[in-house]
Amino acid sequence: MYNMTLPWWGWAMMLVGLAAFIGMLIISIRRNHGVKRSLFASPYILWMILFTVVPVILIAYYAFTDANGVFTLNNFRNFWDSNYESNKVIMEAMGELGAAYISRGTVNVDTLVYSLWMAFKCTVICLLLGYPAALFMADRNMKLGSTLVVLFIIPMWMNFLLRTIAWMSLLEDNGLINNFLRWLGFEGVQLMYNSEAVLLGMIYNFLPFMVFPIYTVINKMDYRLSEAAADLGCNSWKTLYKVVMPLSVPGVISGITMVFMPSVTTFFIPRMLGGGNTMMFGDLIESKFLVEGNWNVGSALSLIMMVLILISLSILRKADPNGEGGGIA
Amino acid sequence: MMKFLKRFYLGLILVFLYVPIGVLIVQSFNAGKSRVKWEGFSLRWYEELFHDARIMNALYVTVSIALLAMIAATILGTLAAIGIYSMKKRPQALMMTLTNLPNTMPDIVTGISLMLLFLFTKVERGYITMLLAHIAFDTPYVILSVLPKLKQMNKHTYEAALDLGATPAYAITHVIIPECKQGIITGAMLAFTLSIDDFTISYFTTSPLIQNLSTLIYSAARKGIEPSLNALSALMFIALLILLLIVNHRTAESK
Amino acid sequence: MIEQEHLIDLKNISKDFDGTTVLKNINLYVRKKEFVTLLGPSGCGKTTTLRIIGGFEYPSEGTVYFEGKDITNLPPYKRRVNTVFQKYALFPHLNVRDNIAFGLKIAKVPRDEINKRVDRMLDLVNLSGYGKRKVDQLSGGQQQRIAIARALVNEPEVLLLDEPLGALDLKLRKEMQLELKSMQQRLGITFIYVTHDQEEALTMSDTVVVMRDGHILQIGDPKRIYDEPANAFVADFIGESNIMRGIMVRDELVHFSGYDFPCVDSGFGEGVPVDVVVRPEDIMLVGEDIGQISGVVKSVLFKGVHYEMMIDVGETTLKVHSTVMQPQGSRVGINIVPYNIHIMKPMVKEASANV
Repeated sequence: MYNMTLPWWGWAMMLVGLAAFIGMLIISIRRNHGVKRSLFASPYILWMILFTVVPVILIAYYAFTDANGVFTLNNFRNFWDSNYESNKVIMEAMGELGAAYISRGTVNVDTLVYSLWMAFKCTVICLLLGYPAALFMADRNMKLGSTLVVLFIIPMWMNFLLRTIAWMSLLEDNGLINNFLRWLGFEGVQLMYNSEAVLLGMIYNFLPFMVFPIYTVINKMDYRLSEAAADLGCNSWKTLYKVVMPLSVPGVISGITMVFMPSVTTFFIPRMLGGGNTMMFGDLIESKFLVEGNWNVGSALSLIMMVLILISLSILRKADPNGEGGGIA
Repeated sequence: MMKFLKRFYLGLILVFLYVPIGVLIVQSFNAGKSRVKWEGFSLRWYEELFHDARIMNALYVTVSIALLAMIAATILGTLAAIGIYSMKKRPQALMMTLTNLPNTMPDIVTGISLMLLFLFTKVERGYITMLLAHIAFDTPYVILSVLPKLKQMNKHTYEAALDLGATPAYAITHVIIPECKQGIITGAMLAFTLSIDDFTISYFTTSPLIQNLSTLIYSAARKGIEPSLNALSALMFIALLILLLIVNHRTAESK
Repeated sequence: MIEQEHLIDLKNISKDFDGTTVLKNINLYVRKKEFVTLLGPSGCGKTTTLRIIGGFEYPSEGTVYFEGKDITNLPPYKRRVNTVFQKYALFPHLNVRDNIAFGLKIAKVPRDEINKRVDRMLDLVNLSGYGKRKVDQLSGGQQQRIAIARALVNEPEVLLLDEPLGALDLKLRKEMQLELKSMQQRLGITFIYVTHDQEEALTMSDTVVVMRDGHILQIGDPKRIYDEPANAFVADFIGESNIMRGIMVRDELVHFSGYDFPCVDSGFGEGVPVDVVVRPEDIMLVGEDIGQISGVVKSVLFKGVHYEMMIDVGETTLKVHSTVMQPQGSRVGINIVPYNIHIMKPMVKEASANV
């Protein structure tokens, strides 16, 4: 079904790339009287080209071609209107009359908007929960910082699928929480298979990623700054929002990035805790590839997601131009 | 009072984080298969675990891939970090952008792009492809842990070694690598844990025949997870905990 | 073509970095057991010259000879040259002893020989008993000594030192200057020393090479460089000086500051514009009416050993160092003896100054 052989220009590009690379090597060895240390990166460069650059190019390639490998923008039209193909057939067969029978399929756009909305909620809640936690952890009077960091990391060692499934045992209709409620004499509540459950699962999984970068930044902050602020007449609240908060912005930015990105694209959590009642963009992409086998539309959706994330990252980077927030905890 | 409130708040967050783990561990000691009904304490699932070929196989796949990917990524990444460090400004910036790309790409896109690569090149998905994918996503983390250590180093250290008669190879193995040992170890550990825990990328780059623990749990999830899986992850959890304590103890001693 | 007594010969060395030229046609030789200092402001190319000798950079053009053999493309580890780096570049993962033994281990020197030589070195730099210490537990001065020991233990023909005292405080720096100089004389090793500190250069060196913008402006022994600077830049860089525009009236007579001063230079031609350099300590203050010229004291600064006075002589202001203070506002006469007046061609932008 899929045209899997590389077109001639693909081979040509690969050959040119390889030749350029080897040429660079030779020139560099000649010029520098021996092998330069920068050449140590060359195995990685090759590896990266093969396993990062080429795969991304492949996604772009499938996104812009149809099943026969011919250039098309239909995959993106399909994103906007998932009935695009059938509508076209109807209109061609029925002419003007067809207009009454067609409608725009909004599932893709709706799912994207829903995912962004869920990710937004998750990020905001994680920030609201995580900021005070990070602040208290970094509190010098408590002397708990490094122990707490370890305590926050340890849960992440448990397989994340199992942790999510453990929530199911808590939230199910016959789960621990409902049993407890019934034991107290209350009615059971429907806790699972709705977007709140999905949101809970997301917050549970991503909260540490909000706490770590904020903690790191606050912890690195010169504590004498707060003393200076107090000396200049700030009470502790004023010190917090005039000194500590502005200075912790890089950590917040990095936390937002680390929570928002995986939130938009998660597909396991909604599948488990949402029980298929809610679909997120990650789900949609996965099913396009593995259920429908429609690589072209799937690639177009992936590309759209990638572009969205790159745009939001570059906006966030502007707020933290020096990357002070640091990557991983 | 303030102090108490702060501690109480942190305690609540920790309870939130640990409840599901507690549930998992309790379930693994439950005599029955029910997720909610307590039928008495038993080590049944721990016994069954070692007789369950599928689980043991998945464990083998998970751990062996994590180890191999860690070794490969550490070598590849350390060399790459040394290379990138000694590059001129512009190629260095380009390399850093490309190195950060996999981190900024969502896992699902990384997984799918690799799946497309394997389908496109008609490489059958399985153990090898999963391993390649793991090396690919581990390596940038190693680079990002080693590079700061290199930058901290006095920039003439390498030259000093050459000056004292060391060949470039000797200088790298006897001076540069020992000096960024800490970064290399951090990177390797990071790679190992990321690899052990990975689901999304493994899911797209393996076949249903070769499963690691994550993909096994995923496919079992619909039918209901066997408590042996809980037992296994409880064991792994405790193993990691002990490892952490040992590492902590040793670093405390060396200080 | 290459003289045998020359240990190192740089012939027509040029170096480009990404299109910027940092060295332009450098010619320099170093004799055995000589203490040569490359002196100049930052960015003048002195460190690059040193790194070319060490083998850390390769010249874009030109040849490096070592005992008459072309070593231009030889990597650092094959050169019989050792370096003391800026900020020392000690190996932090090794202790003091292992740092010093590093080169000997590579050279596969037998173990007891290594121990003996390391001990001797620790003795030489007054750090015996520090062998087991970690290098980051040492003070800057001690690290400095270890860096020197680590280089010297290999018994190099030439020791290259790249601003080795730059990170030390003033007092320690003075001590180390003397110590380095006596070490060099005792061991009989050739030193090539890079610094931007003119006083350091004059104190320690047999030969000073003044550089600027990738050129060599002057090569000579310290006294010659100080007393007969090749141009106004060298004069200004080496010690304080008064630099004035003047006109050569005829041989041994120069006009500046409104007076015809007798001098000892000749051969510039008549009526030719020249630069005139006079050191502040070479200006004698005398009674108002017995001076060659006279002026008014504008300001007086106490400098410890002497007073520094700025004297307005109409056309210019002269800086004068004297142990006798003249009060501010007083009129004084000024005398300059002929051999303290240094006359040089005015500086042209691209002064070709290969001596």
